[in-house]
Amino acid sequence: MQISVTVNGRVYESDVEPRTLLIYYIREHLRLTGAHVGCDTTSCGACTVLLNGKAVKSCTVLAVQANGQEIMTVEGLERDGELHPLQKAFWEEHGLQCGYCTPGMIMTACELLERNPFPTEEEVRKGISGNVCRCTGYVNIIKAIQSAGHMIAQQDKEPKNQSEVVPSGN
Amino acid sequence: MIPNAFDYYSPTTVEETIGLLQKYGYEAKILAGGQSLLPMMKLRVAMPSVLVDINHIDDLHGWREENGYLRIGALTRHVDLENEQHLKESYPLLSKTAEWIADVPVRNRGTICGSLVHADPSSDWGAAMIALHADVEVIGPSGIRRVFIDDFFVDTFTASLEMDEIASAVLIPSPIGRVGARYMKLERKAGDFAIVGVALHVIKANDGTVLDSGIGLCACGDVPVRAKKAEEWLIGRPLDKETIKQASLLAQEDANPATDLRGSAEYKRDLVRVFVKRGLEEIADELR
Repeated sequence: MQISVTVNGRVYESDVEPRTLLIYYIREHLRLTGAHVGCDTTSCGACTVLLNGKAVKSCTVLAVQANGQEIMTVEGLERDGELHPLQKAFWEEHGLQCGYCTPGMIMTACELLERNPFPTEEEVRKGISGNVCRCTGYVNIIKAIQSAGHMIAQQDKEPKNQSEVVPSGN
Repeated sequence: MIPNAFDYYSPTTVEETIGLLQKYGYEAKILAGGQSLLPMMKLRVAMPSVLVDINHIDDLHGWREENGYLRIGALTRHVDLENEQHLKESYPLLSKTAEWIADVPVRNRGTICGSLVHADPSSDWGAAMIALHADVEVIGPSGIRRVFIDDFFVDTFTASLEMDEIASAVLIPSPIGRVGARYMKLERKAGDFAIVGVALHVIKANDGTVLDSGIGLCACGDVPVRAKKAEEWLIGRPLDKETIKQASLLAQEDANPATDLRGSAEYKRDLVRVFVKRGLEEIADELR
């Protein structure tokens, strides 16, 4: 079946078998290997991507269901060579050890911060309950997500401050 | 894991969908959120040769209040019912149940009617819809029919749907009076199926007595179960300590859990008592 999917802002036209799962489409057809296959049974969240802005487990969505839709993977987060605040925060707070869960963890966190920019520890724990990390014990992941929330708020402030400084004719 | 090969259709109307079901019969499966069906297909527990994706049927999306009912379209996703501020006041059981279903990414995809049609005895929505005395709206070649939730669950993984019918909505009676609700669930790990789940819905009259009550039990039988004796006991009584205690004992009488890896039948039956008591106490406090 012919599908057209926008992934990280770029439109891909592909011919896929209807049974192709979104994660295999992303990894094997598009060669975007950021999202991982972990459990392959909707449990671990390593394959989490954003589908129209919502976190989904891409091992449990068909590629044909993404036809005409927008996907964002971890590769789509950085801007002009600059890491996304979540990526920076995971680095700075050491929110990973082996890194296998990280792309999924970050995409789930991305949607969480969109909904709730300053989540409490409990809100983060509930928010990432579908993403399993077997190395870290979650403590640094939670720190990283909360810290990223603040970084994003700071970033949002900066351009505003600049525009306030621009003289408006007087 | 890769599902078996199938032909994929994505109709845009209910009529077209029913036409496909008539044509392909039991070979066809409906794909809504896919959070139960796709895992089953990957494990080859389900191997439909035709998949009918109903996500592009506009009529099945969204919810509205009409004719004394809240009508929730089949494709309403768990996350919508979890976060919808407007529904929290009159239908608090919806968000209280939704937040216990699996995890955020699954709730972003899974749909309410998909869950009901799947007819898993440990379905959180099953217990909640029993507590809410809901009806399921079913559309087939001969038109629309409404099925009371207790009759909708025929057996484990078997809903009261003919081969060429689809569940198009769930209808919940709009409450008159003050409403309190709890969804109590114990799980082995976050996002798991329930060891036991208890959905409680109470409408209080102005005189402080219970006007109507609903108690649904999850993982307590072959289908989601109604704790009928406890429901009837509550009606007309004030939500005091003695009434609540008796209700919690009566609820156990309708529970028929099985011993399995999640716990013994005895343990689960006791959980029903504890959850009914704890939940009703919380509701009594809230509606005081």
